[in-house]
This record gives sequence, structure tokens and C-alpha cells, in this order.
Amino acid sequence: MTLFSLALDVAHVGLTVAVAPLLTGWVRWVKARLTLRRGPSPFQPYRDLRRLLRKDIVLADSVSWVFIATPFVLFAIMALAACLVPTFTPSLALAPTSDLITLVALLGLARFMLALAGMDAGTSFGGLGSSREMLIATLAEPAMLMVVFSVALMAHTTALPNVALFVLAHPPVFHISLVLALSALVLVALAENARIPIDNPTTHLELTMVHEAMILEYTGPHLALIEAAAMIKLTLYVALIACLFAPWGMATDLSDARVVALGIGTYLGKLAVAGTALAVFETGIAKMRVFRYPEFLGTALLMGLLAIVFLYVNQVVS
Amino acid sequence: MVGVPALVALTLLLAGLGGVGLVAIALGRFPGVARCAVYGLSAALCAAMAGIAGVFLLDPASDTQTLELPFGIPTVGAHLRLDPLSAFFLMLIGGIGALCSIYGESYGRHDSEPLRILPFYPVFLAGMGLVTLADDVFVFLLAWELMSLASWLMVLGGKRDGITLQAAYLYLLMAMGGTLALVGAFALMSSESESYVFSTFRAQTFPSLTASAVIVLTVIGAGAKAGFVPLHVWLPRAHPVAPSHVSALMSGVMTKIALYGLIRVGFDLVGLPEGWWGGLLLVVGGVTAVAGLLYAMVQTDLKETLAYSTIKNVGIIAIGLGLALAFRAYGLHVLAGVALIAALFHILNHALFKSLLFLGAGAVVQATGTRNIEQMGGLGRRMPATAAFFFIGSVAISALPPFNGFVSEWLTFQALLGGVALPVWTLRLATPVVAALVALSAALAAMAFVRLYGVVFLGRPRDPAAARARDVGIGMLGPMAILAGACLVLGIVPLGGLVVLRPVMIELLPRSGAALAASDVLTLVPLAASGSAYSGVLLVGVLLVLGLGALGVVRVLAGRACVRRGPAWDCGFPSDDPSAQYSAASFAQPVRRVLGGLVFGIRDVVTMPPPGSMRAAVHKVTLDDRLWKGLYARLGWGVHRLAVEADRARQMTIRHYLMIMFGLTLALLFLVAVTA
Repeated sequence: MTLFSLALDVAHVGLTVAVAPLLTGWVRWVKARLTLRRGPSPFQPYRDLRRLLRKDIVLADSVSWVFIATPFVLFAIMALAACLVPTFTPSLALAPTSDLITLVALLGLARFMLALAGMDAGTSFGGLGSSREMLIATLAEPAMLMVVFSVALMAHTTALPNVALFVLAHPPVFHISLVLALSALVLVALAENARIPIDNPTTHLELTMVHEAMILEYTGPHLALIEAAAMIKLTLYVALIACLFAPWGMATDLSDARVVALGIGTYLGKLAVAGTALAVFETGIAKMRVFRYPEFLGTALLMGLLAIVFLYVNQVVS
Repeated sequence: MVGVPALVALTLLLAGLGGVGLVAIALGRFPGVARCAVYGLSAALCAAMAGIAGVFLLDPASDTQTLELPFGIPTVGAHLRLDPLSAFFLMLIGGIGALCSIYGESYGRHDSEPLRILPFYPVFLAGMGLVTLADDVFVFLLAWELMSLASWLMVLGGKRDGITLQAAYLYLLMAMGGTLALVGAFALMSSESESYVFSTFRAQTFPSLTASAVIVLTVIGAGAKAGFVPLHVWLPRAHPVAPSHVSALMSGVMTKIALYGLIRVGFDLVGLPEGWWGGLLLVVGGVTAVAGLLYAMVQTDLKETLAYSTIKNVGIIAIGLGLALAFRAYGLHVLAGVALIAALFHILNHALFKSLLFLGAGAVVQATGTRNIEQMGGLGRRMPATAAFFFIGSVAISALPPFNGFVSEWLTFQALLGGVALPVWTLRLATPVVAALVALSAALAAMAFVRLYGVVFLGRPRDPAAARARDVGIGMLGPMAILAGACLVLGIVPLGGLVVLRPVMIELLPRSGAALAASDVLTLVPLAASGSAYSGVLLVGVLLVLGLGALGVVRVLAGRACVRRGPAWDCGFPSDDPSAQYSAASFAQPVRRVLGGLVFGIRDVVTMPPPGSMRAAVHKVTLDDRLWKGLYARLGWGVHRLAVEADRARQMTIRHYLMIMFGLTLALLFLVAVTA
């Protein structure tokens, strides 16, 4: 690992971590505009995080080390995951150390810790959130694996940079498997990021909440880290979708500053487009009942399976 | 080894273990001395066994050794053989056995009747070891039964109550049925090759029909012991009632010895596999993996939940073995190697973390006096060391990085991704479905262990006994610490497991040498061509740097902020009543409702009082184990009917008997007349 590639990785993580609050702010701003409110500035999340970081910490009497360690573990995992998903360039130093399955498992570890933290204070809300979060994961994980499978069948690898390079090297074609796998991944991403219709990121004090229920007892800097981790996670999923299905614009030649600038520019553009699409989607749809999640994520699983079946059919035909 | 060959030394050690059982009986009058002697000697002999087997496995110069002893069937003798496969399993038995023995010495201190366990414990270990060394039918079945009966006696020795008796009875029935199937498998091979010795089986090419029958019978026979669904019913009943260190050995090691039987027959004895054998194991494994955890999710008994999760892991191993057989059948040797390594690695990993979890559960049970998790809670602050080790076991078994469970499930996924190379349609389509089942089972495992750890160690105590719990002593914590350390090391540096497993792979699949050959200390590379890799060291290193970085940033930015303790906020409605916490049953409710219908006939009935009434609403959940009702209850009923009919025949008068004999003679004469 040369010094240059190390610096590149640091810049890469730094960029994702730095723009993550902006993406969340952007989604909120667009949603506010769509519902004819003025809404806070897209930069509000930065101010919120700074405010939280300066506050005191209040710990519930019964909590153990799990509760205290979770915010740091969560943040570290999301930042690590940001090292692994190519955004503006596929040439990353750390990316070869793991693949798509490892990435899914790392996010699983984050969820495991957060669900435990939800149960640590010994309240009913926390347990409720943990239980539902794990249910969603149970339903989403098989669908996610089907996406991994179909990607691996096309690109013959599960290493993310190689997938991006594979897609870049082939002309953009419309293939039904691609559409199905992409749709499945979008549904999984909505569920994993606690977005409507699975969860509502803006509700508090309601029985519908999942993610917010688990983090009810968090305060101050701990809460800031968890919020930041959630923001990075949303950015990561957008970057992941872009890397697998639309890596165009990524800088493969790092010696040319203009190419790199173009890569960063298209990356930010992709984030803006995805954020707008998410806001439009969330404005137009209502939250689901908990026991309709299986239908939603079952659809994702089915689409993933169909993507694989069509790929097999395609192999036979050609 | 200088002088004495490894096999002779190992045989002597096994005989020594058998002798320790007699020591227990001889020292019966001094239970304390007997306990120290049995566990101390067992630990020493097991450690020596693991050491010798390990040296044999790691030494590239070591060759397969055989030994013939003048015991057993006349003119045949007893054949023993040491090869890398048996050495790997002996390492497992020795390593886990030594740790469980050390733990057992402390754990058994409060046992009022130690002699109900002590004589059988070393015999059980010796039986398991002998299974792996057996090289003829007689020795194999003898050792297999020794292992079954010794563990059955220890299940029976746990407690004197009805549940224990029932569990032991069911175990005995299933073990006998399983052995019967194995006898059938060996009988088919023996009659074909006219020999009882494994070496002639190896040299023989069996006709396709015989080989297939042998495999089906072995899957039934070994599967009954390993816990394949639907033959698993005895396992979650029998494993938990034994003392915890014995549960650890039964769940962690004995199920693996059952799988050893399957590997020995499927990869070594019957010759080249047919494609559908792999398919059979894939289907059985997939069903087993998911069903095991669905059952685990609704249990409230700590050790029973762990036993059900054993069934899930056995399913994952079966998937790996099935893939290896399928790849081998179609000549895809390198992929077969990856799949076999995945299965063997999961055998090693599951032995480590399941033993760890059972030992942790034993500590919890000893501290709280109950196995019911609904009476626990908040133990993380009262038993911090046990909680930390149980936490590591929980993360590892949920297949999450950076622990060892993830490595083997990752390898299983990589092998499943190779399924696209299979030339048969059914198998090729089966691999993504099985992958979805493995993913489902991994997510369910995470949920089950969040539930288990959350209800037992987090929150507030639900019972006064849990509030008084104290951590256990060093004698019990030490073995747990070693197992937890092994889980972490194998997760970060999988090469440590690989050096032990690759000789086994080369032995069973000689042409698979390229599988995982590109791996080094830093990275695990299943197939050099695909570019997929896993590097635990780098992941953990970067994770640590980032986590500590976050800690530093918070320290600097929140410099003046202080940390206070207070009551939980709980949306402004906190309750002092610990029963207001989410319980294990409520945690499982969503999954029970969504997926439980597959295996249980679940009825959730809520009875609301009429308006104005002050009576409490009643929520009643009834669970029906459909498999038990549909298969085993009917089978039991059939056997009962048969017994009733037979009983009627027994009470007939002499006239009836004479008539039956007369009729039978006539029929035989008729038969002779017709055939002659």
C-alpha cells in the first residue's frame, strides 16, 4: 500500500462521511418543499450534530458496556464500510480486503449491536424496536443475498471494485435481470435505512417506530454518533446502488486531475438525484403496517430470484 | 513422534480414558477425590490426544498409519487407522474435551450425586475418539454405540425427574434407530465386498444402486445423531438435561462425530459420488438450517435454545458437504475443495462457539438456579466475565465478522456462488434457493442471539435470584476464555484453521489442491480467479483505528460535557416493574407470527373484557409442533396399536395356537410343493 493510495482511501472515506449529513438534509429539504413547507436548510443536520456533540450524556441506571460501546462501534463500522464501497473511483486500497458479502455482514454486525443496545436499558420501547429491527433484517437479508448472487453471476466476482470495472467495461444494456436486481436492492435499501414505507424517520413517540425506538435512551455525543452512522449508512446504500448498477463517471485514471474531478462531480450528482427520488417516493407513499413487511420484502426476494432465473435462461439462449 | 507411532500412542490414550471410568468407580466412596481424579486425568489425556493428533496433522512428512489388534470378530480382528481426517476430529475431541474437563471439575463441585456422571464421562470421550480411529465395521459400530450409550447414561444422570426420563428414552430410541440404519449401510457394503474391513471398501467399486442406498442409509443414521430435520426431535430434549459441560460436548463435538461418519462413508468409502447425493444433502441442510432456528426462537429454556441452534449449524455443514459431493460428482475439483473446507471449517468453528455458549449457559444456570430465561435479566453487570464470553460466542454463532462463524459461512456462500458451474439444471437452480435459506438462517440466528443475550444479560433482573447472581470462579471462566480467544483468532487469521484443514481436503479430494491455495496470513482467497477475498486482520485494524478515532473526536469536542446516571427515560413513562421490559416471548412475537406458521400451528387468541368490566384482558398463545404431531405422534400410536394386537395374540387359548401352527405347517408344505 503506497502513501498515495492510503491518502486516496482517507479522502474517499472523508468525502462520504462529510457529505452524508448533507444528503439527509437534502432529502428533508426536498420533502419539505414537496409538502409546501419552507423546511430547514439542507445544512441543518451539521448543526444538529454539533449541538448534540456538546451536550451532556445521561445514561440509564441499568445499562452495561454494550450501550456505551455501541455508538462508537456503529460509527466505526459505517466508516469502514465507506472504505469498501467505491464511490468516485474503483481503485481503492482497502476494497480488495473484503467483498459484497462481507459488507452485508458488517452492516449486520452494526444492527446486532444496535438491537442489543435497544434492550440494554430495560424499557419496553427499546425491546420493541430491537425485535422489529431484527424481523426486518430477517426478511431483508435473503433478498439482499439474491441481489449479491445475481451480481456475482453477471460479473463473476463479489468484490465491489471488480464489479464496477466489469460494468464499466461493458456497454450499458437493458437486461431484465438488471432491472429486477436493481428493484430488489432498492426495496432492501429502503427497509435497511428505516425509510417509509417500512419505518418513518420523522416520527417519535409512536408505536410505528423501529429505528427511533431503539435509540430512545441515547443522549448527547452518543446520539450524535448514532445519527451520523445512520446518515453514512444512507449514503452508503446510494453509493452501493450506483457502484453496482451505474458506475459510469468513476475515475479509473487517477493521474488526470480532471477525470478525478469529474468522478467526484458525478458521484455528488448521483447522490443528489437519489436523494430527490427518495424524497418524492416518501412523499407519495404511506407507512405500512408491521405485518405487511413480509409482503414488501417478499417481493424483493422474489425479484432477486427471478433475476437469477432470467440470467440462467439467458445463458442457455445465448 | 520419535519411537512410538502416533496411532499406538493415541490408542493407548483412548484405553487410558476408558480406564479412568474404572477409577471413578473404584474411588466411589470419595466423591470429591473421584471428581478431581476423573476430570484431571481426562483433561490431561485429552490434551495429550489433541497434541499428538495436531503434530500428526501439521507434519507434512506424516503418513497414514494402521494398526491391527487381536480383538473383535474372530479371524477379522480390530483395525485402527490414523489419517488426516481422523486426526482433525481427534484434535477437536481432545481440545474441547480437555477444556470441558477443566470446567467440569468446578461445575460438578455442587453435584450431590457425582457418580451418576463420573464413570461415563471419560468413556464417552474414549468412544468418540475410537469412532474416528475405527477402520472396520465392528470397531466403528462398537465405538459408535459406546459414544451413544455413555452419553445416554449422562443424560439420564442429570436429574431425577419425568422430563429427564422422557428425554433419555426418546434419545435411546432415536440412537438405536440411527445405528440400525448405519448397520444397514455397512451390511450393504460388506456383502458387496465380502469383507468387514474399510480398506477393502475403499478398493471396491460399488454398483450405483448399492452406493446410493448406502448414502441414503448413512444420511439417516448419521443424521439422526447429528440432528438433521426431521430426525432432530431428541436432540433439543436430551442435550440440555445433561450437566452443562456434557451438553457442550454433546452439542459441540458429538454431532460432529456423527458428521464424521457421513464424511468417512460419503467421501472415502463408497467411491465416486453421484450428483443427486449432493442435492439430497443440500435440501436436507437447507430445511434443517431454517427449521432449527425457528424452533429456537420460541424457546424460553436457555440450554434448549442453544440445542436448537446446533441443529441450524449442522444444516449449514450439511450444505457444505452436499456442495462438495455435487462438485466432485461433476469433476469440479477445486470448487469441491472450497465447499469441503467450508464444511470442515464450520465443524471446527461450531465446536468452539457452541461449547463456549453451553459453558456460559452452565455458569448462568449455576448462578441463577434456573434455565428459564424469562427469570433472568441484567446479568451483564453482575457476571461481567461470563457475559463478555457469551457475547463473543453470540456474535460468532450469528455469523458476524470479525469472528470465526463468519469465515465459514462466507466460505459456504462462496461455494454456493460456484454452483453456477454445475452442469445439471436442478442443482444449479437449487444453489440460489439454498443461499437464500442460509441467509435467512443467518439473520434468524442473529435475531435469536440478540434475544438470548438481551433477555439474559441486558436490562433489569426479572427475578430476585437473578439480582443476587455472582460471577463464577476461574476454573469455569478459564476454559471459556480460551474458547472465546480461539473464536476471535480464527476469525481474524483464518489461515490458522486452514493449515489444519487443507491436509484433510487433500486427502479426501486429491485434485482440489488449488482451492484456497492463494490465501495467506492477511487474506483468505477461495478462488484465485474470482478476486473475492476476506481479510480479517485489515478489517479489525481499520475498525479499531476508526472506533478509537471517533472516541478521540468525541473526547475533544465534548470536552466539557459530563456523564450522569439516571433512570431510563422510556418516552416519559418509565416503569419500575421489571416485568414491563420486553420479554423473550414478546421479542419473538413478530417472527413467530410471520414465519412460525411454517412449523407450528400457532394460535394467538386475545380475549378482551366487555366494556366497563375491570377484568384483565387475556392473551393466550398455543403452539403445536406440527412435525411431532404429524410424524412422531402417529408413529408412536402405530407402535402402540401393534403392541396391543400382539398382546391379544399372547392371550389366546391353546386351541388357537394349535390352529395357527396347523395352518402354518400346511402353508409351508404348500410352498415346498410349489417350489419343488
